[in-house]
Amino acid sequence: MDGFITLDEVEKVFSVRRKTGFLRRERQEVRAVDSLSFTVARGEMVGYIGPNGAGKSTTIKMLTGILTPSGGRLRVAGIDPSRERSRLAHRIGVVFGQRTTLWWDLPLIDSYRLTHRMYRIPNARYRENLDRLVELLELRTLLDTPVRQLSLGQRMRGDIAAALLHDPEVLYLDEPTIGLDVVSKAKVRGFLRELNAAQGTTVLLTTHDLQDIEQLCSRVMVIDHGRLMYDGPLTGLHEAGESERTLVVDLERELPPVEVPSARVVRVEGPRQWLAFPAGQSAAPVVARLAAEYPLVDLSVREPDIEAVIAKMYAERAVS
Amino acid sequence: MGAGRLYATVALGGFRRYATYRAATAAGVFTNTVFGLILVYTYRALWDLKPHLGGYDQAQAITYVWLGQAFLSTLAISGGGVEDELMERIRTGDVAIDLYRPADLQLWWLAADLGRAFFQLLGRGVVPFVFGALVFPAYLPADAGRWAAFLVAVVLAMLVGFGLRYLVALSAFWLLDGTGMTQMTWLLGYFCSGMLLPLNVFPGALGTVVRALPWSSLLQAPADILLGHGDPLRTYLFQGAWAVVLLGAGRLLQSAATRRVVVQGG
Repeated sequence: MDGFITLDEVEKVFSVRRKTGFLRRERQEVRAVDSLSFTVARGEMVGYIGPNGAGKSTTIKMLTGILTPSGGRLRVAGIDPSRERSRLAHRIGVVFGQRTTLWWDLPLIDSYRLTHRMYRIPNARYRENLDRLVELLELRTLLDTPVRQLSLGQRMRGDIAAALLHDPEVLYLDEPTIGLDVVSKAKVRGFLRELNAAQGTTVLLTTHDLQDIEQLCSRVMVIDHGRLMYDGPLTGLHEAGESERTLVVDLERELPPVEVPSARVVRVEGPRQWLAFPAGQSAAPVVARLAAEYPLVDLSVREPDIEAVIAKMYAERAVS
Repeated sequence: MGAGRLYATVALGGFRRYATYRAATAAGVFTNTVFGLILVYTYRALWDLKPHLGGYDQAQAITYVWLGQAFLSTLAISGGGVEDELMERIRTGDVAIDLYRPADLQLWWLAADLGRAFFQLLGRGVVPFVFGALVFPAYLPADAGRWAAFLVAVVLAMLVGFGLRYLVALSAFWLLDGTGMTQMTWLLGYFCSGMLLPLNVFPGALGTVVRALPWSSLLQAPADILLGHGDPLRTYLFQGAWAVVLLGAGRLLQSAATRRVVVQGG
């Protein structure tokens, strides 16, 4: 295996005690991750998505060494995370969107000084990295502000900088844009793109915000019920989910539903009609046919909503 | 050496964190002073009735009261140490962040608590003590060596105090809500450390037992050295032994807790 992160049939089973009677408890096994296998190459930026409770955080925790897999083989940079957690810690960075690693009551800079000592970063490299990160993440004016006074977006940028001071080869991001406004999200995404391009940092991104994935990741993995349901490019997800593009057509006047091969009318509202056709297909022949046979005023193509695609995948999985 | 600098930074951070809350510190100083006043008048009434109670004269009893007020927050005898934060982190799962860091959990929190304790000693302890010593006829040794010996016992008391509270905090891994546990230990600690009355006042078996418990390392042990009632070396040995036992137990409990988290999930 030449992957930087490799999972081979990884399992994580929790045993949960459930109350079944007045004093009776029963042990029940919960399979959070079920024979999960994937490989991430060095320098890749991969989106890792799935509904709540799908096993995303469990996977991340196993990748950091906080959780020990119940079965299978897992390696990050050639290290078995749960056996050599401290050694691995020097090579990975982790950002949890909903938790902070920063010192709440103290100025931001104090948390960075602490990170400096914790990871034993050589002084010159620490100064260089701090300078670069502070510049890119626009933290210069915030260094002396206590963390508790930072806005969520500022704090998130502060956390990302803290996770990168020791030059980790891989960065795990667990919902890095959660709760952020549009501008803050754009800043975080811009920075991550830059980081991946310039430093070649491998990034594994967990998110519920599909725009994160659309804008950052060329590859996406979908997990549900602890199993990998899809692994490939984002565009392939549309085909996998059998999604459709929509052509919105404005005609000169109200007409009965138009008839065009490989497209079907899904909605009519006065002179406006909605046509659906497979996402993998070009719009050109449909448009050409329409323009030739109908009094066309205007038209626009709507791409399928990726969220709908994924929701459909989850639903199909639940049925099967 | 690198690790030493890390924990020194953590301790310094602990000190500075508490230093940022100036209003809280001022309120604390006020509370400790008022509380000291109440206790001083109670003790004086008691010592008027029973002079040389527990081997202390009235001046020594007064000094004891103000030492207690200086140590209340320093040693977090009735709560307020880093264990509150640690328990909260265990409850919310934030402790996972602490676990993946390349640092030792116990040493990290010990350093943070020592930083906090030194701040509380200077910020909240010194003022009530000086006030008490100036306003009341307190016993103050003139021997600088005695003060130095006393300070060593204070540092050992900080270690024992942390050792106790760390065990309580780790119980949150199993209990999820540690409120009952902390309240019980505060009550126990308040009495057994000698905050209510000096432990050498208690007669018979009760006195023997409370003086042998770890809590007597907190207030009673340093107070006895300052008041010339205890042999420093023997006191250090007693405190040191409890510190080793408690911190050792903390390590065992910590590895059991992390194993539980690592295998069982947060």
